[in-house]
Amino acid sequence: MMETTYENNVLTAYIKGEIDHDSATRIRSTVDAMAQSLRPQQLCLDFGGVSFMDSSGVGLVMGRYRQMKLLGGSLHIQNASDSVRRIFLMSGLQSLGVLK
Amino acid sequence: MKTVNEMKLRFPSKSCNEAFARSAVAAFIMNLDPTLNELSDLKTAVSEAVTNCIVHGYRRTGGTIFLDGKIGEDGTVVIKVRDKGCGIADVQQAMQPLFTTAADEERAGLGFAVMQSFCDRVRVRSTPEKGTTVTLEKKIGADD
Repeated sequence: MMETTYENNVLTAYIKGEIDHDSATRIRSTVDAMAQSLRPQQLCLDFGGVSFMDSSGVGLVMGRYRQMKLLGGSLHIQNASDSVRRIFLMSGLQSLGVLK
Repeated sequence: MKTVNEMKLRFPSKSCNEAFARSAVAAFIMNLDPTLNELSDLKTAVSEAVTNCIVHGYRRTGGTIFLDGKIGEDGTVVIKVRDKGCGIADVQQAMQPLFTTAADEERAGLGFAVMQSFCDRVRVRSTPEKGTTVTLEKKIGADD
């Protein structure tokens, strides 16, 4: 479901498969546990391996954005496909400056 | 509209059934030869509707979700997603983008906005303490 790397103070989570309310809960707890213990300067969520996403992905990103703010770090999103990006743009996420 | 195919599903309000419901609908419309975008749009809208039943309709109790699908002879797909849960007191308010009653659970409040954006027509009927029916309508083949 997900692989992670930690390098130069950047925690990158490569999310794979489908993101819905069910899987977002599991992704959230894994990423939050790693961020809490590593305290990275930046959390990078990589959507390159995501084959499906509904609006649960927006909640996932907004929650991690708040989490990283609390930890004094930042959040970035990369490799979002057109269909994933379409849902992010509907939510106004681009105003947070997290979309690459 | 003359119906050329139909199906009925019922399943418990478990979150693992979100993937089941959208995959079942994808399989149901496959002989209409949908484009990837049409398929993705309808799967996303169904996922939102079923998630609403689980997260909102049955949040206190759990229950059964009913999903009916029909295909019309002109390629119009109608998917009805129904729960017998708590219902919505103010449907118009619930359909406003970013409105949510489950912010603590990281719900973005975009479910109805996504359904409306990805379908040709969305109808919501709800009665408090009786349940909610969401009807999604999308013509397959309109992308050509």
